[in-house]
Amino acid sequence: MMTAVATPPPFERFYLDTRADVLACLRRMLGRTEAEDAFQETFLRALRAYGDLEHARHLRAWVLTIATRVALDERRRRRPVPVAEIVERAAPDGRPAYAELADLAGSLPPTERAAVVLRYGYDLAYDDIGTALGSSAEAARQAASAGVRRLRRTT
Amino acid sequence: VTVPADLDRRFRDAAAASGLLDVAFDLHDSPVGPLLVAATPRGLCRIGFDPEPEREAERLAHDLGARVLRSPNPLAPARRQLDEYFESSRRDFDLPVDLAGVAAFQRAVLEELRLVPYGATATYGELATRIGRPGASRAVGGALNRNPVAIVVPCHRIVGASGSLTGYAGGLERKRTLLDLEGGYAQLDV
Repeated sequence: MMTAVATPPPFERFYLDTRADVLACLRRMLGRTEAEDAFQETFLRALRAYGDLEHARHLRAWVLTIATRVALDERRRRRPVPVAEIVERAAPDGRPAYAELADLAGSLPPTERAAVVLRYGYDLAYDDIGTALGSSAEAARQAASAGVRRLRRTT
Repeated sequence: VTVPADLDRRFRDAAAASGLLDVAFDLHDSPVGPLLVAATPRGLCRIGFDPEPEREAERLAHDLGARVLRSPNPLAPARRQLDEYFESSRRDFDLPVDLAGVAAFQRAVLEELRLVPYGATATYGELATRIGRPGASRAVGGALNRNPVAIVVPCHRIVGASGSLTGYAGGLERKRTLLDLEGGYAQLDV
């Protein structure tokens, strides 16, 4: 049996629904000032690709992966990067405690930082994080756990 | 996190400048109520009386492509000319209109309709005759009722054979206001 697949909503709807998350994600990865340029670049890239989307699934994860790529590009361009605000909220049970991570002032390598932020800040699946990082789900999982180990070592 | 208004505005401007939008839209206050005004890169594609942008954005996305965004800059000329029209300092609109999403018969009706001048009226039957389809006045009425670009494509200038206002997608009150503004309705013998 065929299942009807919803087509993407008007870009306006998508933008209103995701812009706050995207800005929060970029601020965590880049800091407040650089996040603004990255915000514009993220949604312009999304707009460019939006006309070719065939369904409306995982749009939030999709745009957060774009934001991550934009942030990684930006970080490669500009170094060093101050790190303090990596994770801000409390985590559900079984995950690294945000309070523990939030106090850290050390810098993670960009890929590990992105993996940690997307996994624990945004609850993205490793598949999506792998896509964002241009690698695999397994590589994303390894980057996230390496990041967490590194953070733990510095406490 | 709240997206600052200036950051939001900068993105909406950049999106329009990028040429990537299928449709830009904005809301515009007028004496006949809030208007939703929308344009493709080829011209004006919507002036509607439904002030609910969400609903209209859905329709625009369905008809013209999903990249629909509220973005004021591309609509600035249309909004300015609408203001001038309502201030009676403009009689003709100098704006490209994009009827690409409209079926052939309706497009023929709407293009003929654009030739009905400010301050004048014509009947459904007259319009049918002018497009070479005498007797198709009911179909002409249907085409006008679905006019996507109200006011600029002046379906308010079409009246019943007796001179009565008959129908208007935006409601008869608006039709009367527009005709009064143009001074055309007062001449009608109703």
